Amino acid sequence: MRYARAAALAVLLFICVSCLFAELFAPAGYATQYRDSPDVAPSHRFILGTDELGRDRFSRLLYGGRVSLILAPTAAVISVLLAALIGGVSGYVGGWLEKSAMTLTDLFLSLPWLFLLIAVRAVMPLNTSPEVSMLITFSILGILGWAATARVLASAARDLRRSDFVLQAEAAGMRGWRLFVIQVLPNMKPILLAQFWVSIPIFIIAEANLGLLGLGVNEPMPSLGGLLRELENFSALSVEPWRFAPLILLVVVVSAFQIVLPEKENA
Amino acid sequence: MKKVFRRIAQFIATLLLAGFLGATLVRVAPGFGFDEQSLDPRFSAASQQALREQAQSDSNIFVFYAHYIGNLLHGDLGTSRILQRPVTELLKERLPVTIQTVIVGVLGGWFLGLGLALVNALFRFKPFDVFATVLSGIFLCIPIAALVVLFVYEGSPARYAVVLIVFPKVYRYSANLIGKSFDQLHILAARAKGLSRSRVLFSHILLPVAPQLLALAGVTVSLAFSAAIPVEAIADSPGVGQLAWQAALGRDLPVLVNVTLLVTAFTLIANSSAELISDIWARRA
Repeated sequence: MRYARAAALAVLLFICVSCLFAELFAPAGYATQYRDSPDVAPSHRFILGTDELGRDRFSRLLYGGRVSLILAPTAAVISVLLAALIGGVSGYVGGWLEKSAMTLTDLFLSLPWLFLLIAVRAVMPLNTSPEVSMLITFSILGILGWAATARVLASAARDLRRSDFVLQAEAAGMRGWRLFVIQVLPNMKPILLAQFWVSIPIFIIAEANLGLLGLGVNEPMPSLGGLLRELENFSALSVEPWRFAPLILLVVVVSAFQIVLPEKENA
Repeated sequence: MKKVFRRIAQFIATLLLAGFLGATLVRVAPGFGFDEQSLDPRFSAASQQALREQAQSDSNIFVFYAHYIGNLLHGDLGTSRILQRPVTELLKERLPVTIQTVIVGVLGGWFLGLGLALVNALFRFKPFDVFATVLSGIFLCIPIAALVVLFVYEGSPARYAVVLIVFPKVYRYSANLIGKSFDQLHILAARAKGLSRSRVLFSHILLPVAPQLLALAGVTVSLAFSAAIPVEAIADSPGVGQLAWQAALGRDLPVLVNVTLLVTAFTLIANSSAELISDIWARRA
């Protein structure tokens, strides 16, 4: 398992570096059109061919990967911070605040995730610039994805509140926010980090689902989800198998995340 | 009995809260209070005035909430802006298709997931364990929408994709639960006394872990409902998922919010029932 984890980490690093420095590795910009070569097969010039608009698929894959690999962790940060605020604080304070927060958490957890996502996405403007649509999509993921993490953090904060060292700090006169920030929060750091890593592949998959349904990042900006829309041309799939490249990259990235994460965090 | 009433109260409170959230979504959405009919020259001045008054009364958020919840309690879920038909009628037509997809997905996922977990626990054959773990891992990494595309491409019924979304969750959870149960001291003692693995599994492990597995059943219903959106949208199946997707693309918020509310009610019923049964089971055990 150790070797598998090391291999997955190496693959993940390779993909991250390639996508984050897409300008260095991509032969063309993500919106650059080769109008003389639309929908061509892979060749020395175009590694994965071009799409119907004559854009280099390989370049779009790298830029799309970059969008997902930068914004999914950003959404994860938002969701973990929200979870820490709602779950962590309520678990630490306890009483009616904890009960109310947990009721809200239960409500969010009982709403089917994809229904909630498309409902909120539909409320936001759909005809926006690609950059705005990108920010909206990932912000929604971050803002709506806090509930499961909040439950974990509330439980951790509740345990910490009853722990010996917190009782000792209280006995020494430390109270309220100071106690929370100095004693409780640093001890929640490993859980916060674990939840952050767990959320990244979840958000990458959620964006892919939204993208395939046409509710993700707008064209011409590529994202892993948006690139998967090429798969909807069923008749072309058997003659142009390279259209599967975004799906393969997505599965490799998410699998690598799953393998890199320790088993207890995955569970 | 007290617990049942508490669960019912919790269910109503959660649904009301979800209703308020839904109403807020409709209320804050851009374009609220504007009706295309107000631009229609065929409407008389009096009709247009009535439309304006209606919009004005709804601009007070509390009046709007009262109207929304009142209509909801009377079974009036509004009219679809795109399809120009009552939402209740649309749901009546489409719900059976989605429920069928959910039932197929949940039952199939449980059959496959629990079946593999039981075989794994009975035979403890390392290659089989690796195979099942890798298989479930692969399906955890594929977005449901992409899975549906692959099913449609292969010409298979798209609703079976839901089975492959439910199965990994069931397999991983139940295999983990059963594996841990085998390490308990009383199980080790039973094994040491000569009880076979199958006897131990079916008599001493499955019954005690049943409440936890039942709790997971509620979660898988919610998962299957979510999966219904891409299944119906991509495979062009006329269910509630497709309706929600069309409503999202056309910003038909009355439909979208009410569909979400309905699906929430279904998942809440499934979750609450699963928890209740698991509570009763645990108490009897």
